[in-house]
Amino acid sequence: MSLAKISSVTGRGVFVPGNDIDTDRIIPARFMKCVTFDGLGEFLFYDVRKNADGSDRPHPLNEPRFKGATVLLSGANFGCGSSREHAPQAIQKFGFRAVVAEGFAEIFYGNCATLGLPCAVASREDIAKIAAAVEKDPQTEITVDVAKQEVRFAGQTVKAAVRESARDALVNGRWDPIGELLEGLPTVKTTAARLPYLAA
Amino acid sequence: MTAPKSLFQKVWDAHAVRTLANGQTQLLVGTHLIHEVTSPQAFGMMRDLGLKVLMPHRTFATVDHIVPTDQFAEPYRDPLAQAMMDELRKSCREFGITFFDRASGRQGIVHIVGPEQGITQPGTTIACGDSHTSTHGAFGAIAFGIGTTQIRDVLATQTMALGRLKVRRINVTGALRPGVYAKDVILHIIRTLGVNGGTGFAYEYGGEVFDRMTMEERMTVCNMSIEGGARAGYVNPDETTFAYLKGRPYSPNGAAWDAAVAGWRAVASDPGCPYDDVVNLAAADIAPTVTWGINPGQGVSITETVPDPAKTSVPDEKSSIEEALAYMKLKPGAPIKGTKIDVAFLGSCTNGRLSDFQEVARFLKGRHVAPGVKAIAVPGSQIVAAQAAKLGLDQVFRDAGFEWREAGCSMCLAMNPDKLIGDQLCASSSNRNFKGRQGSPTGRTLLMSPVMVAAAAVTGAVADAREVFAVN
Repeated sequence: MSLAKISSVTGRGVFVPGNDIDTDRIIPARFMKCVTFDGLGEFLFYDVRKNADGSDRPHPLNEPRFKGATVLLSGANFGCGSSREHAPQAIQKFGFRAVVAEGFAEIFYGNCATLGLPCAVASREDIAKIAAAVEKDPQTEITVDVAKQEVRFAGQTVKAAVRESARDALVNGRWDPIGELLEGLPTVKTTAARLPYLAA
Repeated sequence: MTAPKSLFQKVWDAHAVRTLANGQTQLLVGTHLIHEVTSPQAFGMMRDLGLKVLMPHRTFATVDHIVPTDQFAEPYRDPLAQAMMDELRKSCREFGITFFDRASGRQGIVHIVGPEQGITQPGTTIACGDSHTSTHGAFGAIAFGIGTTQIRDVLATQTMALGRLKVRRINVTGALRPGVYAKDVILHIIRTLGVNGGTGFAYEYGGEVFDRMTMEERMTVCNMSIEGGARAGYVNPDETTFAYLKGRPYSPNGAAWDAAVAGWRAVASDPGCPYDDVVNLAAADIAPTVTWGINPGQGVSITETVPDPAKTSVPDEKSSIEEALAYMKLKPGAPIKGTKIDVAFLGSCTNGRLSDFQEVARFLKGRHVAPGVKAIAVPGSQIVAAQAAKLGLDQVFRDAGFEWREAGCSMCLAMNPDKLIGDQLCASSSNRNFKGRQGSPTGRTLLMSPVMVAAAAVTGAVADAREVFAVN
């Protein structure tokens, strides 16, 4: 299995403001009644993006000027709540290739890393600067440099931290760990044999 | 003499297989629990990659999220729910996994089934595609929620890639006041440390309050660790833990029992072991707590008022309060007590255990749900339902005007027919008050203890259960 080496992502951005944006908001539970992840993209942020009759509500993702954005910008504790992988799947299937936020919830961060979706942590001030540039000109090209842990846009460069294990995995094309985990199977068996509840 | 270690460190070290190239640990997951919502895609990946389940006897399945609590017979009215049910049955058969199906009499919310079957044991690692897997930490297990791709990893290798968590010891000392429950303890902790205060940490709960708690109360606290940002939370195993586990279907028995208990005793944190952080809280400071906002950290004691954004100078806090109050349709600075409710929900993996219904039933006798309030009581498992019926609790609830339902997740997340309608306000014993969480995009949730839910149900408004039920 050969995986893409993701050392940077370049594209246009969109800012979805707010702290503690939870995974129920990212993908409401009723859209998880499915046995594949296909088609989840259209339900991203559904209840804040759509009215009950399916018409659009005011939301950055509904604005034509931000269509095609691949870098999602947000606030603190992004992705808190449920462990549902449906959340990063919906973000990815909507077309995003990186998320830059003030902070991420633990399980969400791990899920994104395993899907090859880089999550970078930037300061509130720096996210505000990127958001301002995007607001001024939605065509602004943003580069999320995973390897260098920085975001470049409109002639500016700001710090954007990527957790070391995720950075290594993305840059070296080993973000899906299954191959490496399978290689470890002989050691898995000896570890299990030492534990009474598994040895039995 | 070796250096003292925390339970987390001991369990982690015993389950660490090796260090992966990116620095994460390949961690052995001794026990894997699955349910119908987050596992079908994982089985799909297994099929696509031609992988086998490495240890089928170490994965246990049940069905909970999509189960209609008012319908036992299949096919279900919702064909999507039926499809998920069928898919899990098929996958369990195909891969040789034990499935506590509804016909088994042992079905229920996965975090209630594991402990009551004795599958959840001290010193083990447990993973499940559900964030409330932290519940199992009540037994001194390291238990955490995982995503679907990681479910695939655990099925195929019984391991996953994970970075080590730091450990924060949370001491709650003294004695809880009458009318204050485990739910109030965890809501207080989350309110104090924040909804992301636990990011990167496992929480070790200790002190007199936890020492005295029953297993079911410890589960309520550990369950909501994730709402404080902590992926795992645990209590060190003790005599209470062992007494709970004795004689359960998957508990060790005979000579193996004594050996297991000795091992469980040894896995508890050593006196004087190092922690990355320590927080001390006083039980006396904890009151019956109710959330007013759109995350579980936005809570107040029943005697307090809803915050006023005008009274804070922190810009971020101000906008968070404004957003929450606008969604909740609550007035700034108003008392939370007296807020009219439409629905009362008792159940969930947080508070759907026998003791929750026993405690509420104690106060509910001779009372009735207020006119206009829809009240439902949903046992967390078929075993809870059966035990409650044996004690006549189901009748107490029915007599009081509650609907008594079949086991499942029900209105906690509304992936089943139990949903709020429009902007109904629900007094709920569940764990999340996120926007739209209970099924209506404008539905509103107030989290509280089961007894507080009962007080709201019988008075029709948020009430101080200590006054309503004369607790003192």
